[in-house]
Amino acid sequence: MKFLLIEDNYDLAQAICARMQLDGHVIDHAGTIADAIAFSDSGEYDLILLDVMLPDGDGRDFLRRHRAGNGVTPIIVLTARSQVSDRISLLDLGADDYVTKPFDHAELEARCRAVLRRKAGTAQTVTRVGDVAFDPVAGVLTVGETSVSLRNKELRLLEVLFNAPGQIFPKQKLVDRLFSYDDDVSENAIEVYIGRLRKHLEGSQLQISTHRGLGYRLDHD
Amino acid sequence: MTEEVRVSGSLRNRLATTLIGGAAVLAILLFFVVRSYAAQIAQQGQDSILGASVTSILDAASVQDGRIEVDFPYASFSMLGTDSDDRIFYAIYQDDQLLSGYDGLPAVDPSIGGDSGYWTAEFQDTPIRLAAASRMLVGADLRTQLTVSVAQTQDSLSGTLNRISRNVAIFGTGFFLLVVLLASWATSAAIGPLARLTTSVARRGPQDLRPVVSPVPSEMVPLVTSLNSLMARLDQSLGRSEDFIAEAAHRVRTPLATVRSHAEATLQRVDREENRQAMRAMIRAIDESSRAAGQLLDHAMITFRADHLDRQDLDLLDLVQDLAVRLGPIADMRDVDLHVDAPDAVPITGDAILLQNAIRNIVDNALKYAPRESVVHIDVTTSPSPRVTVRDEGPGFPIGEIGGLSDRFARGSNSDGIIGSGLGLTIAQDVATAHGGALTLGNHPKGGACVIFSF
Repeated sequence: MKFLLIEDNYDLAQAICARMQLDGHVIDHAGTIADAIAFSDSGEYDLILLDVMLPDGDGRDFLRRHRAGNGVTPIIVLTARSQVSDRISLLDLGADDYVTKPFDHAELEARCRAVLRRKAGTAQTVTRVGDVAFDPVAGVLTVGETSVSLRNKELRLLEVLFNAPGQIFPKQKLVDRLFSYDDDVSENAIEVYIGRLRKHLEGSQLQISTHRGLGYRLDHD
Repeated sequence: MTEEVRVSGSLRNRLATTLIGGAAVLAILLFFVVRSYAAQIAQQGQDSILGASVTSILDAASVQDGRIEVDFPYASFSMLGTDSDDRIFYAIYQDDQLLSGYDGLPAVDPSIGGDSGYWTAEFQDTPIRLAAASRMLVGADLRTQLTVSVAQTQDSLSGTLNRISRNVAIFGTGFFLLVVLLASWATSAAIGPLARLTTSVARRGPQDLRPVVSPVPSEMVPLVTSLNSLMARLDQSLGRSEDFIAEAAHRVRTPLATVRSHAEATLQRVDREENRQAMRAMIRAIDESSRAAGQLLDHAMITFRADHLDRQDLDLLDLVQDLAVRLGPIADMRDVDLHVDAPDAVPITGDAILLQNAIRNIVDNALKYAPRESVVHIDVTTSPSPRVTVRDEGPGFPIGEIGGLSDRFARGSNSDGIIGSGLGLTIAQDVATAHGGALTLGNHPKGGACVIFSF
């Protein structure tokens, strides 16, 4: 997935970019509306993340301009204005969704996925490894002829593993990636989801191996 | 917020009383003037006939052989005939000596004296009208004064007068009623622009502070001008405080967001358990504070709007479904399914922004306490009253604490480890109350908390 982030706070932007890249997305960063227009005119993006208050104007102007120019790329607004009327006016202006700062990355990720799923149909999001096809947007895993719908946590876990086959992920890293911080979860929760994914992948060329004391790895025969 | 307005009388009543009171006085005056004028005219009619009768009798008098002879024609009395068979009296005096007629019928007006004229007197206990005149008869050896008086009872006259009075009374009453109608029309017409201005101002939503532009009568221009300038100032100061809140929120939240993102990124790199615990605690504290800030702002906004509900016709089902879409990703994160169950449409009137916020808080709560991979049921029903029932499969409300959970900043004893501000249910409760409804907390027989928002 290719994202455009429009955010004037450099630190926050770097943090968001780092997380998005970790999930295997390509992300461009624009700090001003002018840059954002240049970026969006020159490239195709799957999703735009837009801050409302920018140094050279209001993010809502970009939103208006984008929709007036028949831009179809979904936009999620990152807003620090939390009043309900603000949120509703954003949706009326054509935003697909919004998150209120400070936001949980897991929530941003979930909202991106929901928006992409709503707008799906054009983008080809299926990744194939061996005889396994995985569509992270639709949340569908296909092994041979059989397809299963994955629940969110299974989906996120498989996505993390799929993006870096052969890499070992410690349990605690997986917990950080999968759960938000208001979830009180033990690392054992990961074992439940690993168990389910193994069941889904049974009979395929992929399997998840346990490396005692280190973590889990996705292996390809 | 709304202070009782002190009332001193009513313009409408004052205007109506003046107009109707004036009309009543005029009607009564009219009645008496017309009645007395009519009486005068009728009296003149009777008097001239009486006079003619007297004259015809006097004319018939002559002196024959030193005696007075009065051979008056039949017409002298028949001319006095009336519908009511009024009685006629006459008396003919020769130098105070009754020649013929009724004894005792006065021949002179006692109040004036003299020997001619018209007056009213009483004869045989009946009011009569009298006409009298005299003539000097001169014969060969006679010189004598002949006085004739003719009287008539006034039955016919008073009958006529009564008829006229009745007609005048009917006419006066009609006139009065007409004026009452006119007065109420005139009052409405005069008060109308004021009422229209009131409605147009009262009907406005809480955010609508545009100046009044519809034309008003010149007397109301100063009022409307000051109203407009008041609204302009209010708009400006509201706008300024809204901008300030938005700006303040932005200034506080943006760095919080940066700190949070850094903390998250750091957490990815830190391996020692105690450091990880510290980072997690930090992230939770940030979430807690930003959530509390957001809820406080929402609560302030709701307190403000609850006084000026912006009521619209809504479909409760639409609202809930829209909310389910918005909260879908949050439910997804916890692998919780949101089940919306409802009939076709549930029409209600209410403030969309407030209702959305209230129901969002209830569903948010359910999502927070729902166990992983469970279902949160949102049922929208129309009977007995429109209501939204939100039920989760979590631990339920702690028994004994249910009563106090919708108080400000109250949180259940089982809320450890769950981020919240203790304002969510307060907001929902306030919104329900503002809509004349209620928020009912309880536990479902099959387990789990059950919150009913009813209208």
